[in-house]
Amino acid sequence: MSTSNPTRRDFLKATGAVAIASTLPVNLVELAFADSRKNFTFAYISDAHIQEIRDGKFVRNWDRGLIRAVAETNLLDPKPDFVVFGGDLAQLGKKSELDHGAEMLAKLGYKTYCVMGEHDYYLDLGEYWSKLYGDHYYSWDHKGVHFVVLNSVLTYDEWTFNRWPTAEQRMLEMAGLDNPNGSPFMVGQKQIDWLRQDLAKVKPDTPVVVFSHSPIQKIYKGWNFWTEDAEDVQALLKPFRDATVIYGHVHQIQYNQIDNITFHAVMATAWPWPYPSTYAQAESKLPKLTVPMNRADPFFERDATGWQFIDVYSGRVAMHYNLYNNKSRTVAFNPKTGQPEDSVYQSPDGRIDPQVHY
Amino acid sequence: MTKRIGVAALAVAALALGVIGLSARADEFTKADLERWEKEYMTVVQKGRELWVSADLGTNGVACAQCHPNGANTHPETYPKFQQQLGRVVALREMINWCLQNPLEGEPLPLDDPRMVAMESYLAWERRGVEMAPGKH
Repeated sequence: MSTSNPTRRDFLKATGAVAIASTLPVNLVELAFADSRKNFTFAYISDAHIQEIRDGKFVRNWDRGLIRAVAETNLLDPKPDFVVFGGDLAQLGKKSELDHGAEMLAKLGYKTYCVMGEHDYYLDLGEYWSKLYGDHYYSWDHKGVHFVVLNSVLTYDEWTFNRWPTAEQRMLEMAGLDNPNGSPFMVGQKQIDWLRQDLAKVKPDTPVVVFSHSPIQKIYKGWNFWTEDAEDVQALLKPFRDATVIYGHVHQIQYNQIDNITFHAVMATAWPWPYPSTYAQAESKLPKLTVPMNRADPFFERDATGWQFIDVYSGRVAMHYNLYNNKSRTVAFNPKTGQPEDSVYQSPDGRIDPQVHY
Repeated sequence: MTKRIGVAALAVAALALGVIGLSARADEFTKADLERWEKEYMTVVQKGRELWVSADLGTNGVACAQCHPNGANTHPETYPKFQQQLGRVVALREMINWCLQNPLEGEPLPLDDPRMVAMESYLAWERRGVEMAPGKH
């Protein structure tokens, strides 16, 4: 049991929910306001990578991750206002994979917003995904917060349209995280123009929360922990008092603060990834602020995977990571320091050996 | 008498060894040799990389690189080490076999299988420059 965080304890005060939630790997996000009646929460599930072996048979491990996250999200009490699925529902963008994943996601008892991942996109450029989930980028308002979904996994037209003889090969080339034939992610001018217009009608004191698959910041290009035009998107978020970007893709806990913009990554339900700093042949820029999650123990199949719930308060985000085989963690915006901080481990003295990655 | 013959035989044997040693030049090699040996190694490293991203080692289409991009988080410099989950000291190739059997749902390779050597070669190459840390968890 790890219920040291009061906010989380309050949130999960319903009978039995604490015991359940302490084993939950959901990303639950709380947005809290000065007037606490405005606070609300949403849940975040991401990177399921549903993978077909052949003939309608799927990789059991990845299936179990998504099934568990959906089941546990449904047990949250009080209920989150909505759920975001952060992209990479499929492994190779196949209709069979998207259908199988969508069937599992459909069991969520909440309104669900979906983000495009590169594994959903590069087979048919998001055509079938759109039949299931609609637009690739969009926005909405909820309880005084402006939410935006971006498709941040686009890349250069030459790579997308001219480089590969078949769509299947294009998908495979982008699916390999460390494949040097891949191409950097980007939001692209068309979406940036749309975002500029979309944000023009939003007041600067309105909290803005952006969901993207890739980080809208530059951490490590070799694994596309990266968005090529991140600065252009950040510039559009500059005028806002409270801006937050929540992204998937990296399969690990990351957080950062760049000027007024707070960044949080979410965990995957499928498998964890190493921190790029552990790749000895490359330099990565993992935000110094980030206290890494514990090194994954492969003998625990779901270790270092999960989901999260998010509190929204004062337009700022508190991210509650429900870790299956470790103590749960909370990373919340600290108004005193102006940055997101871990509730337990932020001080260098407070860190533990399993958080050392090499 | 016997003793004298013995000494003589030893002397002849020593001379013969010396001659062989000179002709074999065990400690002499050329730049071309070095290049060839490096090439031989890198060919195996390349095979290891191909296996690392291959869906064919297991039965469920999962590849090693899915969880270990560029071989990261495999820590070849720490092996052999006490693998606490197995309760004994193991070599890296035993952990590779564990992954083949579990996340990849496949069969283990013989420990001297050329494919196993290739994967170890690839992991060591990706980890080059990192200090040896045997036994480190």
